[in-house]
Amino acid sequence: MNGILKLAYKLLVNDKAKFSALLVGITFAVYLMMFVTSMFSGVMKHASANIINIGAPLWVMDPYVETVSNSVGMPAYVLDEVRSMQGVKYAVPLYSGGALVKLADGNYQTVSVIGLDDTSLYGRPELLEGKIESIYAENGFIVVKDAEFSKLENPHVGSEFELNDNRGVIVGIAKVRTSGLYGIPTLYTTYERAIQYIPNPRFTISYVLVEPKSVSDVPRIKQQVEALGYRARTKEEFMKNTEDFFLYKTGGGTNLLIMMLISFTVGLSLSGQTFYTFILENLERFGALKAIGAKNRDLVRMILFQATFTSFTGFGLGIALCVLLIIVAKARLPSYAAMVTFGNLAISFGMVVVIAGVSSYFGIRRVLKIEPFEIFRG
Amino acid sequence: MSKIAIQASGLVKWFGEGEAKTTALKDVSLEAQFGEMVYIVGPSGSGKTTLLSVLTGILKPNAGKVLLEGVDIWGLKPDQLADFRLGKIGFAFQDYHLFPRLSTAENAAVPLILRKRPWNEAVSEAEKYLDVVGLKSRAELPPVKLSGGEQQRVAIARAMSSQPDILIMDEPTASLDGDTGVAILSFVQKNVLNKDRCIVVVTHDDRIYQFATRILRMEDGRLKGSEKSTT
Repeated sequence: MNGILKLAYKLLVNDKAKFSALLVGITFAVYLMMFVTSMFSGVMKHASANIINIGAPLWVMDPYVETVSNSVGMPAYVLDEVRSMQGVKYAVPLYSGGALVKLADGNYQTVSVIGLDDTSLYGRPELLEGKIESIYAENGFIVVKDAEFSKLENPHVGSEFELNDNRGVIVGIAKVRTSGLYGIPTLYTTYERAIQYIPNPRFTISYVLVEPKSVSDVPRIKQQVEALGYRARTKEEFMKNTEDFFLYKTGGGTNLLIMMLISFTVGLSLSGQTFYTFILENLERFGALKAIGAKNRDLVRMILFQATFTSFTGFGLGIALCVLLIIVAKARLPSYAAMVTFGNLAISFGMVVVIAGVSSYFGIRRVLKIEPFEIFRG
Repeated sequence: MSKIAIQASGLVKWFGEGEAKTTALKDVSLEAQFGEMVYIVGPSGSGKTTLLSVLTGILKPNAGKVLLEGVDIWGLKPDQLADFRLGKIGFAFQDYHLFPRLSTAENAAVPLILRKRPWNEAVSEAEKYLDVVGLKSRAELPPVKLSGGEQQRVAIARAMSSQPDILIMDEPTASLDGDTGVAILSFVQKNVLNKDRCIVVVTHDDRIYQFATRILRMEDGRLKGSEKSTT
């Protein structure tokens, strides 16, 4: 390490009380920022669970649909029209809805029901037990083994239940990439059985899942769907729409913003104040360095190094703390919705850079202003 | 004839404007040669510290010229002036200004570190100067574990570590008891002063006058005379 930077490093870390206070401030701020954004990311991932699990590249829906869980039924001709559009390789219907399951103990449990295209079973989950063709068996349902599985009294292949006064039989146990947001079990069945068992309005197609011939066909398909009075969204767009809905229409975005501001304020006030105090306490020594022959840019480098080192160390500790707590929480609560993403990391990193910048700016201003002459005057 | 280390002429320095204007230096001229230990003495407020600051390139005079080893220091650019100070001038401050979080050896190595010497090499070099001031055994201790006299000696070792041609000591005995002050200046005279070095000491402690080659008296911003030390 360069001698001047090592001098800066030693001045910083050897003042254990100040250094600890600085680290606590940054770590806590990063932890708060990471935690709140990770929770939001986790919730968003769960909110988009069906989009992720079904995995279709293009989704056709009613224009008023804002999230995957709030579909608006479309008439059957939409499916036919989409199938005949240029650029469409194939298109299948998907049913997405909710129902009440009567359990053996007499209690009711709300479930999410996904009705897959009877012919292709497009979007089917990966089975842990049973065979996929069993879904065609009488009253056949596949249950997802996720954190909510136990709410159906841990069913096994052959378990029976009652769904809207219809008999249901578990013919397979499946796993999916992401469990849902609302804490309810998920059942898969065929589209026809779903609309037969669950009371529905006149139009029953929740979504039309489209496989385009090529990626370049997507814009053309979207235009044709729009001309029909409906909307086609890519998987990523639909997930983004879902995220935007939670961000801007539920108050979630405001809460997120408030928490981000709080963590930023905590970090800036704790660390900025402590760092500035650290600079003030060493001001005379910085002045002495100036008198001895240190150039302003040497002192600026020292302060920037100190601020950067503290901030990045705090950044690492904050992330480690957040990840540790998420791991512990997920071990205890499998459905716990929190997820560290590159986006979270980037936001926290940006905050840390601003804190380091602001802290060092005031320190640098003070140090550049000090006159070595003051050192002689004592 | 000795070479001239410091040559200052017609130095004027004032602070403030209008009614608040205070003139700290009034047409001050002086010379100091290598091998000399020159004292600048006088009462508080007489302009000693201002003169020292002007002579070392820290405070720009309103008028006058300062030549250090023939270089017009106030004609240098700020970075050149900083380099000049770092290479040619050693400072022992009144309050020492040692870093409490560094070891004694690391404190003494600061000028070398500022001169971009590698850390370990600088500290190892500084230990030699700690040896000269009799503190090698305390090289690992932080300054707060040292007495006032020892801290002053660390400050001297720090000033010496860059092997300056000109050593500036500002009130070196101000924080020391009489015996320690005398011992420090005696040490400086015997071990630090040589024919290639000029030492300027600002003090008003007459117990150490005996070590001066020459004493310059300041009063009200003017040099009132120069005299050889009586001892």
